[in-house]
Amino acid sequence: MSEPKPKQDEPIKRMLAPVRLEFTVSAGRDKTAFLGAIIEGRILGGRCPSCRKVYVPPRGCPTCGVEMVGDIPISDHGVVTTFCTVSIPFEGQTMKLPYVYASIVLDGADVPIFHLVDGIDAKDARMGLRVRADWRPPAERKPTMESIRAFVPTGEPDAAFDTYKEHL
Amino acid sequence: MATREIAVVSFAQTNSRRNELDETEMLLPVITEAVKRSGIARSDIGFTCSGSCDYLGGRPFSFVMVIDAIGAWPPIEESHVEMDGAFALYEAWVRLQHGDIDAALVYAFGKSSQGDLPDVMVTQLDPYYVAPLWPDSISLAALQARAMLDEKRCTELEMAEIAVRNRKSAKANPHAHLKGDHLAANLLGEPYAVAPLRRHDCPPITDGATAIVLAAGDLARKVCKRPAFIRGIDHRIEPHALGLRDLTRSPSTKLAGERAGVGKGKIDVAELHAPFTHQEVILRDALGLGAEVDVNPSGGALGANPMMVAGLNRIGEAAQRILDGKANRVLAHATSGPCLQQNLVCVLEAE
Repeated sequence: MSEPKPKQDEPIKRMLAPVRLEFTVSAGRDKTAFLGAIIEGRILGGRCPSCRKVYVPPRGCPTCGVEMVGDIPISDHGVVTTFCTVSIPFEGQTMKLPYVYASIVLDGADVPIFHLVDGIDAKDARMGLRVRADWRPPAERKPTMESIRAFVPTGEPDAAFDTYKEHL
Repeated sequence: MATREIAVVSFAQTNSRRNELDETEMLLPVITEAVKRSGIARSDIGFTCSGSCDYLGGRPFSFVMVIDAIGAWPPIEESHVEMDGAFALYEAWVRLQHGDIDAALVYAFGKSSQGDLPDVMVTQLDPYYVAPLWPDSISLAALQARAMLDEKRCTELEMAEIAVRNRKSAKANPHAHLKGDHLAANLLGEPYAVAPLRRHDCPPITDGATAIVLAAGDLARKVCKRPAFIRGIDHRIEPHALGLRDLTRSPSTKLAGERAGVGKGKIDVAELHAPFTHQEVILRDALGLGAEVDVNPSGGALGANPMMVAGLNRIGEAAQRILDGKANRVLAHATSGPCLQQNLVCVLEAE
């Protein structure tokens, strides 16, 4: 790699010092279980033995600091608790503008996940909207949340505010 | 100014080896265990401080992820050092000196196996003049070992004997990674890794996590039969430019040892953070430790070397000997940076 040589009396403004490090990161026990289930089209949660809350994905309970077992099947249906509408383009964007990004509490869970909401006009997005996961076909699923293409409206009546107000 | 009495009241560590857990999963059981053993409720812990290094995991702010392991709700007072956990313990000790809280949790974690560790450690070097030449951590230690041999401060046989002793001691430590019986003469028949270092002169690449609970005077006595009181603790750093240092000596360890009061009484056990065999010679010399001192009964960093944890483990292992009634006055040392650049010395005593 070559650097243009600075002219005499010119301050040195650039120095190239390439660094390349490769890492093989352990997903760990909880993420391995959760992402493995995602490939199978299932969503797993875990219940904290101390506060009894169900976390999706399963993890160390961030409130109590205790381990939980991530073996609770969670519904792929849920409710939009809050959302934003993205109207600006950025590099790597795959969605057509404007689109909706939402906080979704899945049925049976106590904490929301975050995902795209599709199948609805952005202007019609709202709190309380009932949605379900639109899974990619099994052959296209990978250990990533992108195995769910987006969440789409179920057509059910909106959830009452009181049923999800704890999760805002 | 009189310092407030602070003691180690509990210590827990993972079984040090390479594992498939993530950092939070390594930490959860050890934090739970250390807090349980301390007899102090989580809600009574006034300060939490951790040590780790983002470069080990190859991602920024890795210490934020592991907050899940401590139960930070209601919001807690927390701090972090991008260093070995021993230096986090120093910060917690200082914090406890304020007098408004009586207990602190210190923890450290390191998944050393996720990258090419000797190369990863290059990122701590001077980025202009040193790092672009990419001297890995083993090569720098070899440079130091060569200086030791040329100055006749030790021999390759003595270095092999240090490896033999540490790995034999590690057999008694269920948490150690590399242990076994070897003959120094046989080890010298092995090829060099980076001359003059052979494989046995180098530490293993270990994943691990550790937690320690500190408590102030009366609380420590209330919850613990034999608290390990910190009677002196100090850390000193040398210039980072390797050419400015005499690599065969450790004036920072010597000074920290003097200020921690090492010479004020007999040391029963010394846990020295010497990842490379020749470094034990340098540290013994700097601390004035004679043959009568039991050095690294745990097997030391040659027995298990979870990065950012191995120094805190020295404090834990030394303190545990007081907690268990096996020693009355112990020394713990932790190091950071290439070729023993920065050193912490801690003296702990039973009452």
